[in-house]
Amino acid sequence: MSGQMTGIPILSILVALPLIAGIVALFLSASGARWLALVTTLVSFALGVWLWSAYDPGGSQWQFVEHYALGGGIAWAMGIDGIALMLIMLTLFLMPICIGASWRAIEKRVPEYMASFLMMQALMIGVFTAQDLLLFYIFFEGGLIPMYLIIGIWGGAERIKASYKFFLYTLAGSVLMLIAMLAMILTAGTTSIPALMAYDFAPSLQWWLWLAFFASFAVKMPMWPVHTWLPDAHVQAPTAGSVILAGVLLKMGGYGFIRFSLPMFPEASAEFIPFVYVLSGIAVVVTSLIALAQHDMKKLIAYSSVAHMAFVTFGLFAFNRQGIEGAMIVMLSHGLVSGALFLCVGVIYDRLHTREISRYGGLSDNMPKYALLFMVFTMASVGLPGTSGFVGEFLSLVGLYAVSTWAAVVATTGIILGAAYMLYLYWRICYGKLVHADAAAMKDLSGREMWLLAPIAAVVFWMGVYPESFLRPMRADVGRLLERIDRAKPAGDSHLTAGKPAPATPAHAEAH
Amino acid sequence: MNLAPILPELILTVGAIVLMMVAAFMGRRGSALCSWASVALLLGASVTLLGEPQSAGALFGGLIQADGFGAFGKLVIYLCAAVAIVMAHNWFERDFEHAAEYPVLILLSAIGMSVMVSATSLISLYVGLELQSLSAYVLAAYRRTDDRSAEAGLKYFVLGGLASGILLYGISLLYGFTGTTQFEGVAAAFAREGTQSIGLLFGLVFLLAGLAFKISAVPFHMWTPDVYEGAPTPVTAFFASAPKVAAVLLSVRVCLDALAPAIDAWRQIMIFAALASILLGAVAAYGQTNIKRLLAYSSINNVGFALIGLVAGGVAGASAVLFYMAVYVVMTLGAFLCVLRMKDEKGESIEGIDSLSGLSQTRPGLALALATFMLSLAGIPPLFGFWPKLMVFNAAVAEGLYPLAVAGILGTVVGAFYYLKIVKVMYFDAPGRPLSKPGSAVESGLIVIAALIVSPLGYLLIRPLGQLTNNAAGSLF
Repeated sequence: MSGQMTGIPILSILVALPLIAGIVALFLSASGARWLALVTTLVSFALGVWLWSAYDPGGSQWQFVEHYALGGGIAWAMGIDGIALMLIMLTLFLMPICIGASWRAIEKRVPEYMASFLMMQALMIGVFTAQDLLLFYIFFEGGLIPMYLIIGIWGGAERIKASYKFFLYTLAGSVLMLIAMLAMILTAGTTSIPALMAYDFAPSLQWWLWLAFFASFAVKMPMWPVHTWLPDAHVQAPTAGSVILAGVLLKMGGYGFIRFSLPMFPEASAEFIPFVYVLSGIAVVVTSLIALAQHDMKKLIAYSSVAHMAFVTFGLFAFNRQGIEGAMIVMLSHGLVSGALFLCVGVIYDRLHTREISRYGGLSDNMPKYALLFMVFTMASVGLPGTSGFVGEFLSLVGLYAVSTWAAVVATTGIILGAAYMLYLYWRICYGKLVHADAAAMKDLSGREMWLLAPIAAVVFWMGVYPESFLRPMRADVGRLLERIDRAKPAGDSHLTAGKPAPATPAHAEAH
Repeated sequence: MNLAPILPELILTVGAIVLMMVAAFMGRRGSALCSWASVALLLGASVTLLGEPQSAGALFGGLIQADGFGAFGKLVIYLCAAVAIVMAHNWFERDFEHAAEYPVLILLSAIGMSVMVSATSLISLYVGLELQSLSAYVLAAYRRTDDRSAEAGLKYFVLGGLASGILLYGISLLYGFTGTTQFEGVAAAFAREGTQSIGLLFGLVFLLAGLAFKISAVPFHMWTPDVYEGAPTPVTAFFASAPKVAAVLLSVRVCLDALAPAIDAWRQIMIFAALASILLGAVAAYGQTNIKRLLAYSSINNVGFALIGLVAGGVAGASAVLFYMAVYVVMTLGAFLCVLRMKDEKGESIEGIDSLSGLSQTRPGLALALATFMLSLAGIPPLFGFWPKLMVFNAAVAEGLYPLAVAGILGTVVGAFYYLKIVKVMYFDAPGRPLSKPGSAVESGLIVIAALIVSPLGYLLIRPLGQLTNNAAGSLF
């Protein structure tokens, strides 16, 4: 395995580096902490790029494996597959952008802020690399503390309520998962995630375990009706907090479904397909309609996140390759696009200090660069071909259609509604006349802001035009997952039969 | 007779008597000597516990047993007592007439607790408990010029006396119906007659009610907030740590040894006490404005979790309880050390939670430490307070007690609410009046050590501490 070949515990380094930097940052001045955070996140990103290049898509399932037993049934076990790799890359890519976005926006208590973000990064990487069930839980829950501080200290006017809601909602969802984990460890006699992924739990037990895990992941995802913490948290969090929340934290729910619910409880997952589809269907339609009625930019994007995440659950529970790969691409794409949209909101919020949509209008006149980039991300969110959004949504719809025509119909209306609320948002902000004098006085993007948004736009196009780069590392792992869940695969409702093409006519042959 | 198994108790007893003389003849001047000598005695007694043979068998005709379980308990108790003396030394020195008797009382209390954790007879159980309690009543009223302290002492004494009465009544019933005070004999009687015998059943209920008072489990918790609030802060820290450990360990031995055959009878009682403590400790803490009262409810809440391990029973359950208590005292003592630092410009102690507002900006280190203890008490990973909670739930799940585990873990969410409130006050609110500058280096060092133990670094302790608790729990069976 690559990790053993090089002998460098790269995954531990990726966790430890931001952790140490975070502690050091507490003792630095404001500008020192900023630079330390930026350098740390950039170095981590460079390490991530090296990780991606060293990852062998055709190699063993788990690479860069590390294992140190801590006793008491927990081990510092790390290792990644292609799915985790892609989510790690997403995290490492967004982190320097988050630091950059906070460069001027955050002025009070900068060292603590940077320390919180660096802690957050360490814990997020930990979630995607942990191979021990309890270690996973520790990282998964640990992320609550820095995010609680980020929302509570640097958030907006209603920040305290939002931070409590975020913390307690997520905690309440997760604790039942812990009991389920203990039951699994007791039954299977191991805490190793790879071993548990191959263990066949009795279907009656699976039912309970699935529900407990679902409670946690559905809150994190978030799925309707347990999404209500998200709009509050997003609206109150500082821009970079929203980016990391939408970009990475929400992906933990989807990652959980792929890593735990599907391979560990295939029968239960299949049994709950209608339940998941109903919730996702409601989410797509209801939250899109809610988004359409929003006056607050951040709230609108927050609701759009809930709608997009429903495509992930639709795709994952299609039990076929297109669906699962599509769900992964939706997660990656949404991480980039919603992150970028929050940054776009942050750009004009920093200038006018309001998120009220009606206070803007006609920005394409005085901020052409901004209008262009905002347009790119709006289109990517809508799912325009050529952008990352299209690839993901198309694949998950194809997968979904193979299972349920009705679900596909509902999901597709979500795309139409998505186009409606995003274009309506774009229209209200960038088109029309510059009626407000203060909005008209805003300057276009600064160099720093260009550096934040342009790389995301580039990756959005890359993923839209050549998704193979992102699909290749995951292909083998999706294949293994499919093998695992194949026995519970639902029958599709569209009974396709092979056509009866007419035999090639001699006349046709003569034409050559 | 071989005195080696009771060496720690002997050291403390002789030391306490000598120091009492020193205190009597030297008066105020002897305070520093007494304090440090007591700490040295406690540490010395702890050293003799290391490498002790696992069990020296029954001593004094079966009154006590110096086994691994008792040794673990004594170790934790002595260390807590030593910390309580160190805390008090500075506090009394700065604050008010220091009397050299304080460390002596702590020593006497520690001897009582040693007897509690090694008792294998109802008589030694009662004697140990009373020795501990009587010292504690005096300690609670130690600031005798302070009305609150005097009130706390009196309240503790009256209610404690009532609880002792209940306990003694239970003991007499058990003795009357079994004809013995030995745990073994009681267990044999329960195995023979089961809980059919109404006398045995009543005895069991009264015994457990008395013990529940000592561990301040709901519904016998009412004294806790008042006593914790009124007693001098170092004394409160002591109450929340060592006697709690002793009483919980005593309950474990009673339930898993003397009452083992009657598990169905006491299990229901303990399940109720556990869940009620978790829930009430969490809900009632929310409205508190005094940090010591809040920590009192926190201790009620935490005892509830420890009882889940007891309910699960077996080696795994007992080991989980021991692990829980060991980590719990570190968090609690750490939190109280931080509370000791809460002084206004004149050096007067303040206890209002609102005086912590904005502490992260005026005293970042202290705020970080207190936040660590609070989140750890709440059991939020990656802090180490998570691990003992996991262990008790694991023991419960292994016994198939799923409803209990689910109810308990939902209780952690309710509890998280008020622990978060402290973090919110310190980190989110605007700074209020600044606290006075830090105190002694010894205390700072203790805070740092406690914070490091409950930080994620604590996970490195899982193996050594887990081995200790497993061995200790194993010696019970």
